[in-house]
Amino acid sequence: MLSFYSLLYKEVFRVWKVGFQTVLAPVLTALLYLLIFSHVLAQHVEVYPGVHYTAFLIPGLMMMAMLQNAFANSSSSLIQSKITGNIVFVLLAPIAYWEFFAAYVLASMLRGLVVGIGVYLAALWFAQPPLQFPIWIIVFAVLGSAMLGSLGVVAGMWAEKFDQLAGFQNFIIMPLTFLSGVFYSIHSLPPFWQELSRFNPFFYVIDGFRYGFFGVSDISPWVSLMVTSGCMLGLTLLSLALLKSGYKLRY
Amino acid sequence: MALRTCCRYAVMISHSRRDPFNLMPPAIDVRQARKRYGQLQALDGVDLRIEQGEFVGLLGPNGAGKTTLINLLAGLALPDDGQLSILGHNVVKQYRASRRVLGVVPQELAFDPFFTVRETLRLQSGFFGLRRNDAWINEVMRHLDLTGKADTNMRRLSGGMKRRVLVAQALVHKPPVIVLDEPTAGVDVELRQSLWRFIQQLNREGHTILLTTHYLEEAEALCTRIAMLKHGRIVALDSTQNLLSNLAGCRVRLKLAGCLPVALLPHVVEQTNSDYLLALPTYQALESVLAELRMAGVAVQEMTLQQSDLEEVFLRLVGRTVQ
Repeated sequence: MLSFYSLLYKEVFRVWKVGFQTVLAPVLTALLYLLIFSHVLAQHVEVYPGVHYTAFLIPGLMMMAMLQNAFANSSSSLIQSKITGNIVFVLLAPIAYWEFFAAYVLASMLRGLVVGIGVYLAALWFAQPPLQFPIWIIVFAVLGSAMLGSLGVVAGMWAEKFDQLAGFQNFIIMPLTFLSGVFYSIHSLPPFWQELSRFNPFFYVIDGFRYGFFGVSDISPWVSLMVTSGCMLGLTLLSLALLKSGYKLRY
Repeated sequence: MALRTCCRYAVMISHSRRDPFNLMPPAIDVRQARKRYGQLQALDGVDLRIEQGEFVGLLGPNGAGKTTLINLLAGLALPDDGQLSILGHNVVKQYRASRRVLGVVPQELAFDPFFTVRETLRLQSGFFGLRRNDAWINEVMRHLDLTGKADTNMRRLSGGMKRRVLVAQALVHKPPVIVLDEPTAGVDVELRQSLWRFIQQLNREGHTILLTTHYLEEAEALCTRIAMLKHGRIVALDSTQNLLSNLAGCRVRLKLAGCLPVALLPHVVEQTNSDYLLALPTYQALESVLAELRMAGVAVQEMTLQQSDLEEVFLRLVGRTVQ
């Protein structure tokens, strides 16, 4: 297990060394979204009765930051290590493929959760969303970060160049995040887009997470839990299978 | 074939002296290893057995398959066919056990720009399951003249210093089997000497060393056995001494009173006026050279014999003529 702890420590230590870029920068970005959207839309939109739009935005922005940073952590660490060649030090060591997976995903979860907490604390200056069901908040924060950490492992293994990874991020992660209900409830969308949103797994993560704050959501948190857990399980199995086969790591 | 048989016999003898009941697993055991990359057959049925405590050189031209073989041993690549094991641990089925006893200095100069030298070595120790390894880390750094750079970020090191860290990373877990893939490429004489002193000390303490290098004089001076690879096959495997005496032959420098007989022209390596340098496959061939000169009535004014080196063996085996 010491190999696993060391790899986890290395990944966390790496994030810590560039904390300005890995933690503070995404918190600032989320605050800018909050500032602009709440300023422009707060007087015009009331998504749930009695919930101020600024407060409504906070859980969505938290989860968006968590998902994007969890993905960025494992994927960028892997692609950097592959391109600079220092992945060899991990590959030469007696680290089991599941330890490799667990270390990268756990480090991604930690970064996602730290960024999420950072966004929450900074956003308290603007609004104080209630904490109706903290257990749901924790469950979806953990599952969402883990899901994107796993997806980051897959993307990091698949990508051979930085622009391939940027493509993955810009054409898959960003659209799925922005079209998942971060800034709105899907009930405010036309029927076609509402139906389409139901195929977006990120929607379930954000909706379930938001339920923990307000006690209201677009769909049942249990459905969101099932979908999120299913996706998480699927991505875990895919990552493990790829790591076991040495896909694009061991030629 | 005869060479291999002879070599195996020699190894069996030396092995049986150390281990009369044949209980010790070989340090490295490769059987019929094959690896193909697209159209290129990088390894084509390689057999290589290295006993514990040996210092073996793995030589061959670029693209011969040396790094592929090392990658298979280290688990950086997976074999298409064949069995490879380190101290009896199969590198695929028992990869954790095999990697634990193996230290590899990779050829590519890789480093993690986030960490200092000491942090890098501590992390690498942790990857191998070692906690509180500072005493050995300090010793390795001292041997490789890295102590003064212990708290310097890897990005700030020169190429030679980064190469030293690579060596240190391979040794942090005191591996019984050490593989060095061109560890002295592009480094200064000082590092080479300190590195070889350290590696020889480790070898004397019982560590098995497998070395690839393009500096053939290094291989000749350090290795007790040499394996030569060409087109993914082992073309020679024998003690360094046997290779030199069986394959290197000799060179003879002659100053003649007349012209060299036509029959001897194929042996000429160098000619200046009536000075000739001839390359002969064996010392016995010298007799026929002298007989030929006598028959042609050419007097020998001066004659010097030279022992050929590993470079000549290498060139002969890889199929190029000595220029």
